[in-house]
Amino acid sequence: MTTPTERIVVVGGTSVIAQHTLRTWLENRDATVHLIGRSKSRLASVEADLRVRLPGSRFSHEAIDLCDIAAIKRVTEQQTANGAPDIVLIAHGALASQTDSQKSLHAASDQLITTGVSPALWLEAFAARMATGTLAVIGSVAGDRGRRSNYLYGAAKSLIERVVQGLQHRYAGTDLHIVLIKPGPTRTPMTEHLALAGVRLADVHQVAEAIAQAVRKHRRVAYVPGRWRLIMTIVCAIPAPLFNRLDL
Amino acid sequence: MTAVGSWGRLRRAEHFVVSLPDRESAGYLISSARRPGLAAGMQRSYGDVSTNEAGTLWDCRRLDKFIAFDEHSGVLTCESGVLLRDIQATFSRRGWMLAVTPGTAMVTVGGAIANDVHGKNHQTQATFGNHVLHLTLLRTDGEAIQCSLRENPDWFHATVGGLGLTGVIVSATLQLKRVPGPWIQAEDIVFESIPEFFELSRASEAEYEYTVSWIDVTTDGGRRGIFTRGNPVAASKREPEHRRLSFPITPPVSLVNRLTLPAFNHAYFRLKAAQARKHIEHYRSFFYPLDAVRDWNRMYGSKGFYQYQSVIPRRDAQEATRAMLTECSRAGAGSFLGVLKTFGDVRSLGMLSFPEPGTTFALDFPQHGQHTAALFARLDSIVRSCGGRLYPAKDARMPPDMFQDGYPRLEQFVNFRDPGISSDLSRRLLGT
Repeated sequence: MTTPTERIVVVGGTSVIAQHTLRTWLENRDATVHLIGRSKSRLASVEADLRVRLPGSRFSHEAIDLCDIAAIKRVTEQQTANGAPDIVLIAHGALASQTDSQKSLHAASDQLITTGVSPALWLEAFAARMATGTLAVIGSVAGDRGRRSNYLYGAAKSLIERVVQGLQHRYAGTDLHIVLIKPGPTRTPMTEHLALAGVRLADVHQVAEAIAQAVRKHRRVAYVPGRWRLIMTIVCAIPAPLFNRLDL
Repeated sequence: MTAVGSWGRLRRAEHFVVSLPDRESAGYLISSARRPGLAAGMQRSYGDVSTNEAGTLWDCRRLDKFIAFDEHSGVLTCESGVLLRDIQATFSRRGWMLAVTPGTAMVTVGGAIANDVHGKNHQTQATFGNHVLHLTLLRTDGEAIQCSLRENPDWFHATVGGLGLTGVIVSATLQLKRVPGPWIQAEDIVFESIPEFFELSRASEAEYEYTVSWIDVTTDGGRRGIFTRGNPVAASKREPEHRRLSFPITPPVSLVNRLTLPAFNHAYFRLKAAQARKHIEHYRSFFYPLDAVRDWNRMYGSKGFYQYQSVIPRRDAQEATRAMLTECSRAGAGSFLGVLKTFGDVRSLGMLSFPEPGTTFALDFPQHGQHTAALFARLDSIVRSCGGRLYPAKDARMPPDMFQDGYPRLEQFVNFRDPGISSDLSRRLLGT
């Protein structure tokens, strides 16, 4: 079998949203996919799963510390050495408990670095070395307005959004497309506690399909599901004196 | 603590839920959890086999990875939390499907093994466990037991149909079945009497892989129904869109009741009778018609419902079926989902597997306290007098001695129980 020519790189390859997005992308076409993540064993099991599901595609994986600047530099150089990948999806992040982060500055710092600074550096590193292709990153509706239940996570996601805006400005008119995906709460392991608390969560298959479409259409910012654009417009329009009395 | 309830919605109880994120950490999480625990999946069992009040539930739904698949032999290895839906969707286009599937695809592989589920092709393919080549069982003392028909066969026979009580199944190897694609050539046939059903079953078994029938349990003794039979078929149709309805609220009283049921059943009968001819159907609507309506179990109202599924050995099957229908109409209790099916002769592998050669009859009843309990007591005596038994995966109320009488290998089975595992069902029927 020949190696498929389309090339996809996923940072945060064990992310459930990333796995489902790959399944959607590759349902009707084949690609060569490189998964980058933190845990060797979890990457291996995700890779085995994808091989079974998508027998026409080729997979490889690599475990590194996603916050290590030298590693980011080395891996992005390797992945762009023979030309830019067609799609890079940056999907890592962690939703730590806000209360834990408030109790410990170390935990707060971890939250900001893992979910905000690290994806921003991956964006920077890939953007600088890609003349063509699509660079997609997972943000969050939580980045649109700070609220007490998850503002450190939100701040990290908001950092990504400002970086994306700057990159979109910097590469306007070129063949490099930068896409920001902002999922609402989605049913994944990260939100299990919310599901148990009865929060209505979006189905990950639908979110994956929306992401695939946003990438295909080179959307600048895609809320998924789409209703979150309206919801967040309203949330952002609530005056602070009123907002701060709400239990959100 | 999290409130968890099973499909019958009879009650919700608080559990410590421990999610198993991957195979590597499962062993540690199982051996270090508060006891007793129980592996849990989609909670599609109707009664209390899948709950463990005030104890731990090891949630296996994140163990959803395929591990390996051989396109030539159809042998699939996967984690135990993989849904049957995903197996069917992934492999049906590649010429392979599950050899045995129950009436919902929204169950995990682990749950299908632990309840040794059956489907519309029992007469040719037996139960789910007959197609399990190997499984990995984690015990709460940290031991991992590899089992198959050759390797630790006793553990295999105890765990297939073992109601989750022998350990936590973390992965399994399944033999899929060659199919020409995702399509079924199906035919619905109207029958007007119980003997006619038995005659249709006999006549269809040689030529049709799948047979099942729906019986109208409002027509005073069950005189009519729809017999469905089908075979896999090669067809080049477009796969239907995956449309799903949902039952958005739980009504305060059951929508299935004495007033509505005749109308429901009449409408369903008319609809099916009008379409009763050969047609090519997608496997989803053929195998899993109710999966198209999410949360359909809510229609029985806030008090929930029971399913009563028995198997009666062949000799008395016809007489006992008629007697059960008579009891239902005497009690004025109808059932929307009256399902009749004959089982084949292949012996189930599991010590506690439900199917045996004969006829299985499944009935749904909304919960009406004493009235329902009294009807069940009368149905029990019919089942017991014929040497029949009830299906633990559906049960929430059978008396312990009925379980002991129905499952003669129980004495052997208890030696394989994991002392760190218990369920509401095991405490009700086995004392611990």
